[in-house]
Amino acid sequence: MPSISREEVAHLARLARLDLEPDELDHLSGQLDQILGAVAQVAEVAADDIPPTSHALPVTNVFRDDLPRPSLTPESALAGAPAAEDGRFRVPQILGEEQ
Amino acid sequence: MTTAERVNPSSLPGFDDAIARFEPVMGMEVHVELGTATKMFCGCSTEFGGDPNSQVCPVCLGLPGSLPVVNGTAVESAICIGLALNCDIAEWCRFARKNYFYPDMPKNFQVSQYDEPIAFDGWLDVTVPGADATAEPDVYRIGIERAHMEEDTGKSLHVGGATGRIHGASHSLLDYNRSGIPLIEIVTKPIEVPPAVAPAVARAYVTELRELIKALAVSEARMELGQMRCDANVSLRPVGTTAFGTRTETKNVNSMRSVERAVTYEVRRQAAVLTEGGSIVQETRHWHEDTGETTAGRAKEEAEDYRYFPEPDLVPIAPSREWVEQLRTTLPEPPAARRARLQAEWGFTDLEMRDVVNAGAMPLIEATITAGADAAGAKKWWLGEISRTANERGTALEDAGITPADVARVEELVAAGSLNDKLARQVVEGVLAGEGAPDVVVEARGLAVVSDDSALGAAVDDAIAANPDVAEKIRGGNMGAVGAIIGSVMKATQGQADAKRARELIIERLGG
Repeated sequence: MPSISREEVAHLARLARLDLEPDELDHLSGQLDQILGAVAQVAEVAADDIPPTSHALPVTNVFRDDLPRPSLTPESALAGAPAAEDGRFRVPQILGEEQ
Repeated sequence: MTTAERVNPSSLPGFDDAIARFEPVMGMEVHVELGTATKMFCGCSTEFGGDPNSQVCPVCLGLPGSLPVVNGTAVESAICIGLALNCDIAEWCRFARKNYFYPDMPKNFQVSQYDEPIAFDGWLDVTVPGADATAEPDVYRIGIERAHMEEDTGKSLHVGGATGRIHGASHSLLDYNRSGIPLIEIVTKPIEVPPAVAPAVARAYVTELRELIKALAVSEARMELGQMRCDANVSLRPVGTTAFGTRTETKNVNSMRSVERAVTYEVRRQAAVLTEGGSIVQETRHWHEDTGETTAGRAKEEAEDYRYFPEPDLVPIAPSREWVEQLRTTLPEPPAARRARLQAEWGFTDLEMRDVVNAGAMPLIEATITAGADAAGAKKWWLGEISRTANERGTALEDAGITPADVARVEELVAAGSLNDKLARQVVEGVLAGEGAPDVVVEARGLAVVSDDSALGAAVDDAIAANPDVAEKIRGGNMGAVGAIIGSVMKATQGQADAKRARELIIERLGG
């Protein structure tokens, strides 16, 4: 039976830059554990002769020709943004980090 | 934080002192932006310099429900790069999601390749000049771990900070035009070479890789435009030991010279830390072009923190062996072989050829020769007058304002006797100054050599009349004195006289 620890959920929350309260951590740890448990049932029905797959269809090499297609206008690209400035998406200060 | 943050470089050991105690091991990671017309997974244009967010769509903005489709040309380019680096090409591979939370990727993941790169296990030979000008160059074989496909990130603009960096910024602005442009990341195996040449080998590797990419015509690989970006991993270990030390990764070292300087600096810095009993922190570091130093960036996230998993929206790539072999037949002559061939054809010494290559003049000289000039003449102009002007203006040779055809035309005029060396230089100056093609400059500046006998004869007569003593010596059989009369003729004609014809006319008049 899978189980995800409270520490692991706290770590994931940190990677996702989510500030979770202790009670939220308790709550989400339980929920995530249930989700993992549901997914793990797949392993129970998968026989040894079924290789793992990342895709439902036995298809490879689906390619697109290198031909430009129209893009969105900057206006429509930014239409759903919570904030914009100078034609760019505006985001809050990035936690003093640099990638 | 490191124990040697913002150290005073003068307090660091010299490079020679550092390598007397420690051996560097390097690893280079180079990102190349492919020159495809469209992005990796959507049809948005990759053209540089568009208005912010004018080359974006639901796919590269990561909008819900959008589905990526792979750019076939980008896959071909990746395979060609792999083949040119003597790699094996995967028979089957997938894309993977690299998950991280940062606004330069609007999806919160970057599509990359993880444990199934399209190309792996290759090598590239690089050449480092010998110990002195007469020594044979040394060749080192750099192992290639892998070359994989991924997508570029958007561009952040940090607002409110003092230096445009994140530190102190109040907010950031994102332009996603670059997000999704195809990248190939090329990763070396650990590079273990004689410590004294390590920085030069790092530089030579990036230089040779760039030549290769350009020869393949899969990217212009212009580092100043970010089309090729280099991260340098460096670790030290005590001399005589074999286990690798802790490494740092210096990001965005974006010129050949900077690669060499950054490796040199990290060797000296790490040697100082280790000598003082400190330990190296595994971290990314920032390169500062102005001071030649690196400073600490973020502590390296462990690979598992990226929670890679196969990209479910893309099907696997399985290049058939027929396809791979067909692409192999399209590969150009490898740059090193091409250099050797041209050097032999042109009759240049190793040193001359190195100057030509370092100046970036090889293709220009080749084109000039194709346009009719000889090798020595072509080299003289491109490495002389034109290099000087390009350096003064801070431009590339090919952007100096003169074409190989122009240079060949100047050489043709010299060979025909219409220009002498001095006039030819003025013509080249004129072309470089934007006055037009060589013939236009000759016409406009009136630079043709004076060789018709009436005009030249008058100048000769004047010169003889003005120098009776010299004329007398020549009449007496002192042919060495002819030069003085020629000098006088040249002066009177502002250097435009045909010196050879002038000599003939002087001797005609004064006997000989």
